[in-house]
Formats: sequence, C-alpha cells, structure tokens
Amino acid sequence: MDRGNAVLQVRNLRTEFATRRGIVPAVDGVSFEVFEGKVTGLVGESGCGKSVTALSILGLVTSPPGRVARGEILFEGRDLARMTPREMGAFRGRDLSMIFQEPMTSLNPVKTVGNQVGEPLRVHLGLSAREARRRAEEMLDLVGIPEPQLRYGAFPHQLSGGLRQRVMIAMALICSPKLLVADEPTTALDVTIQAQVLDLMMGLKNRLGTAIVLITHDLGVVAETCDDVYVMYAGHIVEQGDVYRLFERPGHPYTQGLLRCVPDASKPGRRGPLASIEGAVPLLTALPPGCRFAPRCPWAQELCHRQIPDLVAVGEGHLVRCWRAEEGGKP
Amino acid sequence: MRPGRDPKLIADELPPLVPAEAGDDMAGETLWGDVVRAFWKNRAALAGVGVVTVIALMALGAPWFLRGDPYAIDLDLRHLPPSWDHWFGTDHYGRDLFTRVVHGARISLVIGLIPAFLSTVIGAVLGVVSGFYGGKTDFWIMRLADVVLAFPSLLLAMAIMYTLGASLFNIFIALSAVGWASTSRIVRSQTLSLREKDFVEAARALGVSRGKIVFRHILPNCLPSIVVVFTMSIPAAIMQEAGLSFLGVGAQPPTPSWGLLVSQGKEFIFSAPWEAILPGVAILLLVLAFNFMGDGLRDAIDPYMKD
Amino acid sequence: MSDALVSVRHLTVSFRAEGGFFGRSHRRVRAVDDVSLDVEEGSIFALVGESGCGKTTLGRALLRLLPPDSGEVLFRGKDLARMAPEELRRQRRRMQIVFQDPYASLNPRMRIRDTLAEPFWTHEPHLSPREVEVRGRELLRLVGLRGEVLGHFPHQFSGGQRQRIGIARALALHPEFVVCDEAVSALDVSIQAQVLNLLVDLREKFSLTYLFITHNLAVVRHLADRVGVMFLGRVMEVGPTEELFSTPLHPYTKFLIGAVPLPDPRRRDRERLLLQGDVLSPTDLPPGCRFAPRCPYARDRCREEEPRMSEREGRKVACHYPLA
Repeated sequence: MDRGNAVLQVRNLRTEFATRRGIVPAVDGVSFEVFEGKVTGLVGESGCGKSVTALSILGLVTSPPGRVARGEILFEGRDLARMTPREMGAFRGRDLSMIFQEPMTSLNPVKTVGNQVGEPLRVHLGLSAREARRRAEEMLDLVGIPEPQLRYGAFPHQLSGGLRQRVMIAMALICSPKLLVADEPTTALDVTIQAQVLDLMMGLKNRLGTAIVLITHDLGVVAETCDDVYVMYAGHIVEQGDVYRLFERPGHPYTQGLLRCVPDASKPGRRGPLASIEGAVPLLTALPPGCRFAPRCPWAQELCHRQIPDLVAVGEGHLVRCWRAEEGGKP
Repeated sequence: MRPGRDPKLIADELPPLVPAEAGDDMAGETLWGDVVRAFWKNRAALAGVGVVTVIALMALGAPWFLRGDPYAIDLDLRHLPPSWDHWFGTDHYGRDLFTRVVHGARISLVIGLIPAFLSTVIGAVLGVVSGFYGGKTDFWIMRLADVVLAFPSLLLAMAIMYTLGASLFNIFIALSAVGWASTSRIVRSQTLSLREKDFVEAARALGVSRGKIVFRHILPNCLPSIVVVFTMSIPAAIMQEAGLSFLGVGAQPPTPSWGLLVSQGKEFIFSAPWEAILPGVAILLLVLAFNFMGDGLRDAIDPYMKD
Repeated sequence: MSDALVSVRHLTVSFRAEGGFFGRSHRRVRAVDDVSLDVEEGSIFALVGESGCGKTTLGRALLRLLPPDSGEVLFRGKDLARMAPEELRRQRRRMQIVFQDPYASLNPRMRIRDTLAEPFWTHEPHLSPREVEVRGRELLRLVGLRGEVLGHFPHQFSGGQRQRIGIARALALHPEFVVCDEAVSALDVSIQAQVLNLLVDLREKFSLTYLFITHNLAVVRHLADRVGVMFLGRVMEVGPTEELFSTPLHPYTKFLIGAVPLPDPRRRDRERLLLQGDVLSPTDLPPGCRFAPRCPYARDRCREEEPRMSEREGRKVACHYPLA
C-alpha cells in the first residue's frame, strides 16, 4: 500500500512511570507510522496512554518518574528516543512542533503573543527581529486572527480561548514543521470554535503538507479529520486502520463499544438507554494477564483471559488485537 | 467549563492508582495516615521530634531528677566553669546553670505552646469567619490584620508588654495578639477557595445551615494548614519570649527564662562566656528542632493542600 | 402551561464585573438576562449553549443557590425568590443538583457514610444513626455501588463512581426536581453512557423532573424532551427536541447543531456550517440582537432592535427573521 513517505515511525515504544505501587507501563509496545500530509489519530479514553505517547515523541516525559524504556521513535531517520534534551530542543519548534489542550499553560503570560509566535524563527532560523515580526504577523493573519498587527502586541490573557488556540497553532506552524503533534487541541473549546479551529488546522495542513498526529478522545473529531486511526486501550494499540474502514467495520469489541456509546447529533434520538461498556478501565498497576479488555468484553472466552493477543490483519492495513478477530469480534 | 489540563501533568493521564472497585483493605486509608507515613521518612523532622521529646521529658521530670534548686544562691560558687558537679557551670549568684536551664525549658515550652495555640485558634476562627461571610466583616477583620502585620512583631509585643506590665500571663496576651494575623490570612484564603467548591454548594443545596457548613466542610479541610501554621508558630513564640525577656520586658528575675539567662550572662561574656552561650544554645536547639518538625509536617501535608 | 413544575419569569441574575479601582467595579454583568421558561413535570429539559452563555447561572438560580436581581422562580407555583430563609431551607429537599466535576463535588475529608447521611441529618434529624446507615446502603445499591464502601473516602473512587455517589446524595430525600449541571462531561465516553443510563432509570423509578445543563448536543438529542438554547444570557429558542434539531428556527441553533462533529467519516465532506467570529463578551453587548455580530443572516433591523421572544406552534424563538 503506498501511503507516501513516513515522516515518523514509532516502533515498539514502551514508556514507564515509577509510582508508589511499582513500575507502571503507561505505553506498552506501541508502533505506528505517520505519513506526509496525513492526519493520524490516536484515540482512547483517559489512561489509555495516548498523551504519554505524544509526550514521548516530543521528549517531554517528566523524568523521574517517567522514562522511555524501550523502542524507537524515528523522525527523519534519527531516533528521538536516544537524543539528548539539547538535541531535542533543536528539533522541537522547527521540524517537530506541538499544540496542547490548554493554550494558557503553554503560552508565556508575560510576553506578547506576537513575540512568542516569532520566537521559533529567531531561535531556529536566526531571523532578524524585524523579519520575524513580519512573518509572525503574516502567520497570525493566516490562522484567522482579526487585526493581526493590533493583536501582535496583545498578551495571552487578553485573548479568548479560541484566539489563544489559534496563536498556539500559528506558533507551532511558523517554521513549517514536518510533523505537528496536537494533543486534544479543541477539547477546551466551545463547539462552534472547535469547528473553526479544526477547519483551520485541516486547511493549513493541506497548504503546508504537514503531517499531524492528532490525540483525542472524541470520535466525532476523528471521523471529521483523520486519515489513519489507532485505537488505544490501557497502553496497547487494540485496533488500527484507515478511518473509513475502521468506522464502518470496527474489528475490536472495544472500538465497537466505543462507537455505539457515542450518539449522533444529526440523527433522531432513539429514546432508549444508550449503549455503554460495562466496568471500568483496568488499573495499570493491576493489569489482567490476558487481553486487557477481556474483563469488560462481552465476547471474551477462556483464552482471552489467559494470553495477550497479537495485532492480526483483518483487511488491508486494518489490524485488530483480538483472539476472535477473524470472527469479527463477535460470537 | 471543562476542566483544563496541564499537558505536563502526566499523572492525569494515568488512571487512579486505587482499585476502581475499591478494595476493603483500603477502608481505613486517610489523609493523616499518608501524612504520618511521609513524615516518618523525613530524617530532619524525626531528629526534631527527638530533640523536642528529650527537652520536654527533662523539663517535665526536672523536680525529680534534679535535686538542686534553681533559685538556691551560694555566693561561694560564683562563676564556676562547667564541671562534673555543675554541667553548665554556675552564674553570678552561684546558682547551678544546668538546673536553671532545665527549669527554663518549662517556661519556654509553655510559652511556646500556649500563645501559639491561642493565636492559631483566634486566627483560624477570624480567618474562617472573614472568608466565609465576606462583606463588611471580612473587610474589618482583614484591615485589623493589616495593622498588626504592619508593625514589626517584636516591637508590637514590647509595646503591649509595656502597657500591661511584665508577667507571664501578659506574655501570653502579647504574643497571641501579635500572632493571629498571619494565621487568619492563610485560613481566610483557604476558606475563600473552599467556599466555591462544589461540595460546599451541594451542602447549601441540601439546606445545611451556614454554621454546620463551616464545621463540617470548611474547617476540616483547613485543618492540615492550621496544624502546619500551629507547628511553625511555636518556635516563633519561643524566640519572641526569649527576645522580650532578654530586653527586660518579659519574664522578670529570678525566673530562669532562657532569654533572661542570656541577658544576665552577657554581662560576663568575656570572663564566663558559658553563662550566656549555653542558654543561647538551648534556645537554638529547641527552636531548630521545632522548625525541622514544622518543615517536615508541611512537606508531608503539602501535596494535599494543592487545591 | 399549568403542568409546569418549575417556571421562571423575567429572571435576571447579574454579577459584579471584574476590574476597576481596587478590583471593585460598579458595572454589573447580566449572566442571565430576562429569561422566562417552563419545565414540565416529569420531563427532561435540556439547557444548551456555549461557555459564558449563562446556563450554569440559570441552573443555580432555579435552585435559588444564587439570588436573582429581578423576576420570579416558581416551584409548584411558589416563588422561591421571595421565600423566607427557613421555608426555603425546608423546600430544598424537593430540588437537588448533580455537579460536573466528580473531584470537587464530594468533601475529601468525609467518609461516604457521612456524605450520604448529611441529607438525613439536615431534614430528618429524628432518624437513628442505624437507620441513616441503612438508608445510605440502599442509596449506594440504587446507584450501582456496593454497600461496603460506606466507610471509604472519595479519593478511593474513580470519576464515574464519584459521580454515582453524587447522584445518590442528590436523590437521598426523593426530590422532585434535579438539575444535572454537565453531570457527565468530565467522564470518559464509555462511563458517560453508564451514568446517563442510570439517571434515566432513576427518573422512571422516582418520577423525577430533570434540567440537563450541557454542551453535548448529541446526548441532548438522544435524551431530552425539550431544549432551550442560550446565548449570552438570553434564551434564543425553546422547543421540543426533535423539531428543534430537525428544523431549527434560530440561526444560532442551526450553527450550534451544525458545528457538532459527526462520528461518521463518510459525511466529512458535507457542506459545513461555520460560524464566523469569536465568543462575544457579556460586558460589551451590541445594541440590537446579541447574536447579530456573528449571524450571517443579520440585517439592519437586527443590529438596531432587540428581538422579543415570539411563539409559533408551541415553539418559541427570539429572532426577527426565523428560519423555516
């Protein structure tokens, strides 16, 4: 299958945290690829390891208690997992950048937004202050901030949440990075603003050819934006595939359950009880010996409780981590 | 109003470390259990507890294990250096300095505990009232606190002692009157943030009266910081008493207050340096021990005071 | 509407604006501005809108947790706004609230036993400690938790379990009316569905009336009987759920619904409705319709004259030029 160039290849990543109850694998043997100009979604509920995966890619796992214990993160042929913080610093903000959920915690409150947007240009490309300012204003305009010359001198707290997230995007994209990691970029925003911001991200991606890793819990956002999807559960990837195929023929019982839980606002309500997944996510300190979803899985059989299944192909590029994958996850 | 998340707080991403179907073995686990465990690992704090315990035991047991009288004058034995018979030597009236220092510990401990307790209680009550009721009450209590805090505390205590006259009881009053202000500010700011919490709103929605909200919901949640403030104000009170007595407006001779001992010993600092230095070391040791204890307690409680 | 359990008439709630000399400002922001609506007995009424629209404030004012500036809050015909404090306290057992944040809604220093006992201590002081404990166990079973956890502290539970405890506390005294303020927004999707199903079950068991305050339109469409759409302190449109979703009358309703991402990639290339402009500030309202600055259909009249709520076929809308 030709998907173009892989910008990022993550292989067998394991990120651990030391806790009072022992070493906990927040990300456990995760592998995925991100292609040029494509949006790759990492989906899952809290504690599934999606954000830790993002932080591992960016070299931002706080250590201690965390550390990337194993695996490779190949970006442009270099292994980010083996880089010193200094080497990482040269990459971050230039070829590799990020957006987080709450822009207020990522923006410096005592610097003007224009200054912050232009900063990567001065630091990484050595541009003059004047040139950086010109480009920053252009970028603010490009991300749809009204009156960019005026807003250049604004401080983060003077902007609304939506505008702040646009500033973050401007800052992340100003050096035309090859890869953008967006961790829940619209979760803190209102729906009408979320729609604007997603629209903006997709437009810029098409223009600049940036590859995007989109981390989200919102299946609606995934359906609207992603090309490839990886569903995570308790540190594992449980299903991966093309977005159309995954939504149409979800192979893993967890993905199936997740899709059923989400009502569709465009369809008349059914009035009955909502579909739900019984039980709760297992603790990382007390993982079941077999398939991590088995305790909540309606189709689990004896083998599922005993042994962890491998990812098996059920279609082109469509992999499912389930013992009963061939049966389509159903009895 | 969705909860914002700091991207660097990875702990958020991890599920709670407690079993989802909470096991029964966890039933007794409380905040104080965790605090004691964290405190127990802090060596400096434990050393502090040890020193305080030894001093307190000596002070309590003084009448039994010290046969000497702290007030017994023997002019033949003036200014003797430390020896096997007189561990800390003797003073200018020939009184045994060790006996006096041990008896002085009783004064310092009482002075440390009672005004610290009084000022913490007064500060906590005023802080909660100020934060919970707000409005004019809040305004006047806080302005009063500002006035108290605007003076250097030793100076204010001295002024009060001058007005009331020097006596042990007046030291209690002076030190409490000075100490409550900072406590009330800390408790007030905690109350303000607690007042907005959903569980307080839930109690209001249930129709729980204001007094009961304060006692059931606000105060128990302020308690950790009140305990820390209390522990930290003990050494402060001890220092202030020593300071007042040193300057002559605190305890009066012949009371063996440590401040007074240092003050009397300073006359002979060149000929009999132990008379000033050894009581000084006692003050240093006790204050340091209480500070280590307070620091340890604060560090142990701190993670629970974040929100 | 005679069968309204709760109605508000011309309700206005305002706060002091931030800023000003010494942080004191005499300007007031109207978080809820002249709102009237009815919640029918036994129904689920959903209040939707974006942050800052005043839906949470309205919910609190309905329970008289916030004092209104003007207007009436009628609970079974009695005005809570003008009720004596003692009488109001007695009425509180009949109306309850479930909060959004499961981490803030339970007192961290209280065992679950005491959290669930507080309603009884307050309103049924004659009950013996043993009876209170029995009731606590019943409540836990009702929300799907084991009775043994009575001795636990909140930090020993997951978010979904805490939310269940919050629901148990709200239902302890068998209220008639429950405000669910973003009650499931902080939970994971698979847990959201569990808690929503629980709320719906309990409604049938206790014939409850719910006010759901939420920004999750998909859930609203699935569960609510009637919907009110709020924008900057005003109710823009009220109507039966299905009609409001299929043929919105107010342009804001239409854009709000259109902005919801759909969990179906095949429809991602549909023509999307994007609302221009940013969230407006309630301190700085335009003279005419407050939605006009963002409304693509706005005409001159919209910018000059504020539209009044008009009624048509059982639906209400505050717009000079309603759609459809």
